Amino acid sequence: MFSLEGLTNFIHEWLNGHLPATFALLAEFVLVGVAAIGLFAVLGLGLVWMERKVAAVIQIRLGPNRIGPKGIFQTSADTVKLIMKESLTPANADKFLFNLAPFVVIIVAMLILVPIAFAKAFQIWDINIGVLYVTAVSSLSVIGILMAGWSSGNKYSLLGAMRSGAQIVSYELSAGLSIITIIVLTGSLKISDIVASQENGWWIFKAHIPAIIAFVIFIIAATAETNRAPFDLAEAESELTAGFHTEYGGMKFALFFLSEYINIFIVCAIGATLFLGGWMPFHVGHWAAFNHIMDYIPSSIWFFGKTIFLIFVIMWFRWTFPRLRVDQLLNLEWKYLLPISMFNVLLMTLVAIMGWHF
Amino acid sequence: MFLKDYITDVYRATKSLLTGMKLTGYYFTHHKEIITEQYPDNRTTLKLADRFKGEVWMPHDENNEHACTGCSSCEIACPNGTIKIISKFDVSPEGKRKKAIDQFVYRLDMCTMCGLCVEACPTDAIKMRNTFELSVFDRNNLIKRLNEPGSKIREGVE
Repeated sequence: MFSLEGLTNFIHEWLNGHLPATFALLAEFVLVGVAAIGLFAVLGLGLVWMERKVAAVIQIRLGPNRIGPKGIFQTSADTVKLIMKESLTPANADKFLFNLAPFVVIIVAMLILVPIAFAKAFQIWDINIGVLYVTAVSSLSVIGILMAGWSSGNKYSLLGAMRSGAQIVSYELSAGLSIITIIVLTGSLKISDIVASQENGWWIFKAHIPAIIAFVIFIIAATAETNRAPFDLAEAESELTAGFHTEYGGMKFALFFLSEYINIFIVCAIGATLFLGGWMPFHVGHWAAFNHIMDYIPSSIWFFGKTIFLIFVIMWFRWTFPRLRVDQLLNLEWKYLLPISMFNVLLMTLVAIMGWHF
Repeated sequence: MFLKDYITDVYRATKSLLTGMKLTGYYFTHHKEIITEQYPDNRTTLKLADRFKGEVWMPHDENNEHACTGCSSCEIACPNGTIKIISKFDVSPEGKRKKAIDQFVYRLDMCTMCGLCVEACPTDAIKMRNTFELSVFDRNNLIKRLNEPGSKIREGVE
């Protein structure tokens, strides 16, 4: 069976056999960094193309279809265009913060990649507070957005950044609480433990009603946290031109654009890990034969399949629902999602204590 | 009952959102009909709606006759001064002088395709054609004469 575990072990042993331990570790750092940047590039190109195609199909049109088969190289051409463009810094901008902001956003996105299990035993760092680490670090991205909005010296940017601040701070609560509902069942924050606990079935099936409620709330909160339509108030094309990145152009704009899609990937990966079993194949209780057949599909395919399915659901939201106003957005969080998810944590605790889950 | 209203709200919201997702999901899974025109590819088979407003033109029949009496209603109706009617007087065999058009000058470069001239015309002499590839290299080519050379007004149109 194909597995990425052998590959990482082979590289680790080969490096340690040929280099002193410190240099082997440094070489692994470099390799992981290159792999992460490579993943970013592929995700950026692939997800933008996917978004445009999904939008087109939902709106009964064709979408990009000129460059390459089915327009697959359209995003590469766009990237080349963005690289060639001038990176302008406005005269009234706070130059240091203005140039720092896109890097803060992209570095935060890169940091959250650390504890995600891409396949069986294929993880950058299996940190014992994995989920907590993700929720903690993902709140940092709002600093980058606020930095960009504030330093642009533009009222639209500032408004977009302030909205984004209000939005991310509020929706983090319900995202956190819906993560906690799963942590109640697993009893561990470590990603590998969470995945291992779903060996006989994914939590969304095993813990039925409260897990489904938590999943729905998590998806809504994830959409809001990544600043995507219907919650795209930070960007708000129709009101604020482009919100916090109005003044950005060229590669610095591309970094914001890329980080949006990276963040979607990451929140969907977390959602897939918590609710849909991460890289764990689809297992049903004691059906040993069925489970064995499912094990033949490589774990990386399971992980990316689930993640891309969740990304598709979020894109589906974007091209279906009307946008919310700021007050509606905050109403939804504070009056609906937060009370429901608090109640849901209680319900899940009850389920866990009484052993009503499978 | 606050709690009852609250739960009804949540239920209704979820239901209406799912209705929307069902429709877009249907479009996503039934990807056959494409409502957009694949324009440069289907140039030969392109079929535009009759209500499409392209440039103004004056239909002529097989005898090179049109229906324009030269009343200048279109010239007055035009908000941009796009149309200029240069009229002349025809003398009939009985020696009666009758107003007719010498030149119907249409300046496409000033036209916004609003269609007010077509609505103003009492004899339906001008219409809006479906053509839309109107770019030229010399702007003088945009000043057009709509009545064909040698054409005259159709019998019976007053």
